Amino acid sequence: MTGFVVRRLIQVLLALLGVSIIVFALIHLVPGDPVRVALGTRFDQEIYDRLVQRAGLDKPLLEQYFSWLSNALTGDLGVSFRSGRPVTAVVLERLPATITLAFGALFVALVISIPVGIVSAVRSGSKLDYVATAASQVGVSVPDFWAGIMYILLFALTLSWLPPSGYVSFAESPWEWVRHLVLPAVTVGLISGSILTRFVRSAVLEALNQDYVRTARAKGLPESRIIRKHVLPNAWIPIVTVIGLQLGFLLGGVVVVEVIFAWPGLGRLALIAVQDRDFTVLQGAVLYIAFMFLMINLVVDLLYAYLDPRVKYE
Amino acid sequence: MSAPDRPLDLHDAGTPPVEHQSRLREVLGTLVQNRLSVLGLVILAVLIVLALFGEAIAPFELNDIDVVNRLQGPSGDHWFGTDDLGRDVFSRVIIAARVSLQVGFIAVGIALAAGVPIGLVAGFYGRGVDSVLMRLMDILFSFPAVLLAIAILAVLGPGLRNAMIAIGIVYTPIFARITRGSVLSVKQEVYVRAARSLGASDARILRRHILPNVLAPIIVQTSLSLAFAILAEAALSFLGLGVQPPEPAWGRMLADGRRFFQDAPWMAIFPGLGILFTVMAFNFVGDGLRDALDPKQKSVIESRGQTT
Repeated sequence: MTGFVVRRLIQVLLALLGVSIIVFALIHLVPGDPVRVALGTRFDQEIYDRLVQRAGLDKPLLEQYFSWLSNALTGDLGVSFRSGRPVTAVVLERLPATITLAFGALFVALVISIPVGIVSAVRSGSKLDYVATAASQVGVSVPDFWAGIMYILLFALTLSWLPPSGYVSFAESPWEWVRHLVLPAVTVGLISGSILTRFVRSAVLEALNQDYVRTARAKGLPESRIIRKHVLPNAWIPIVTVIGLQLGFLLGGVVVVEVIFAWPGLGRLALIAVQDRDFTVLQGAVLYIAFMFLMINLVVDLLYAYLDPRVKYE
Repeated sequence: MSAPDRPLDLHDAGTPPVEHQSRLREVLGTLVQNRLSVLGLVILAVLIVLALFGEAIAPFELNDIDVVNRLQGPSGDHWFGTDDLGRDVFSRVIIAARVSLQVGFIAVGIALAAGVPIGLVAGFYGRGVDSVLMRLMDILFSFPAVLLAIAILAVLGPGLRNAMIAIGIVYTPIFARITRGSVLSVKQEVYVRAARSLGASDARILRRHILPNVLAPIIVQTSLSLAFAILAEAALSFLGLGVQPPEPAWGRMLADGRRFFQDAPWMAIFPGLGILFTVMAFNFVGDGLRDALDPKQKSVIESRGQTT
């Protein structure tokens, strides 16, 4: 177990190093001079010189990388080519919205997938199972941005039940916070829920086919008790893993939904940075998202090893 | 050892008896028993016809501008209504099928061409080669798919060709991982050891003995990846990073439709349905193929849960 944790930590550190190289390279792979491209028609020699110097772009490449990396480790990701503000501040102010949407969507996904997945597995082969399976197949095929637009059309513009877009912080107004969260969370959560439903179903099905379930049945335990005491406690370990992976995806993979709902999250920040050719901000957003993604995967793996002592890691 | 395709080559002595004809029939037999897969195949057949003959089938030209009749609702003349320039949405949705399929096939082709050899080499040689290659794949896996594609397009610049390259790079690691996993189990098989003891070269063993036996999961993943690639292209085009006007693309049309969607919701509804049906068709076929080829492999949705 300790060996596994150490190996996994080393792996994550290597991946982070690789991520940092890719993110660093972003700015250098852009054809032409990134600062000149970013400034475009607003070119001004003085601003140009200051940005180049601040980003260290006038130094040798290797030296640039190491100073960029050591600055990044202390939380300094440089300044935005556009606004001149520190990238770290720009990124951090986007985090609450991204985290809110990720957990909101996960909540929707769990509320759907856990009951549907369990019932589907317990009554596997039934009509209900068939319908649930087909529905989840359709669910994963829905383009999230299209679904989002349809919900806005129906629930915001036609029925006027909910606001069509925007984000209100919890501190400002808890009620408005919830109302603004519903549509984007449902948009992403339904798709995520379709994925999770299948996992819950197969995990429960797997647990149902174990010998201890047969024994419990032979003892004459009522089915509901078997499910509660024998099946679910064993099914939830793989489910937790997938939930973790989904959360990692939700924290960085919902760029288009953020755009549709004018949601001030990290994904939309990354896109705006691409459009503005604001490469330092793009680096910051991508770095933070990849970092969260790797950390969540690490936590999930460690949790899995902790929860399931049978898991052997060579 | 000289002529690689000589009949009765001794090196083939250990080749497992794969009867292609009957195997194919068996797979197709299982596939057509799955009602959803049949539906998927029918939708795909229609899409391929549209991709090939879209212009001939479409009642209007792609860029037939008719400003007098702009933003008209669905009618007998314009089944899916008209857009902000009076162009026929039905014709544009039909013609856009080609771009979607093209991006899907080429992007997944790139991912296959890069990922499968990486997986073969990593799995076959193991040790240092395996560690280096798979750690590199892990790095690509550390980014959510759409974000990585956006970052690549930030460097390459927007456009159809670059979108295909970006999507291809994003889906390379999944093919490398799947291939490697299968190679690890296949390389222990008796026929591989037999071929080696007969003096076959590594390249020959990989090509003739290992590759044919790891194809099943790769074929399944190809179908699923086509679905994801088409979704990704639609998302990128929606964001203005993929297909550029005047070329029609569903994602792009959706983005245009969004500006008018209170007055002309059909502009956004129908291109979205195009994406939905195409992606669904590949998912249905992929799931059916999995059942037929490789029952142990995880379902579409399960594999997506791990790759997104």
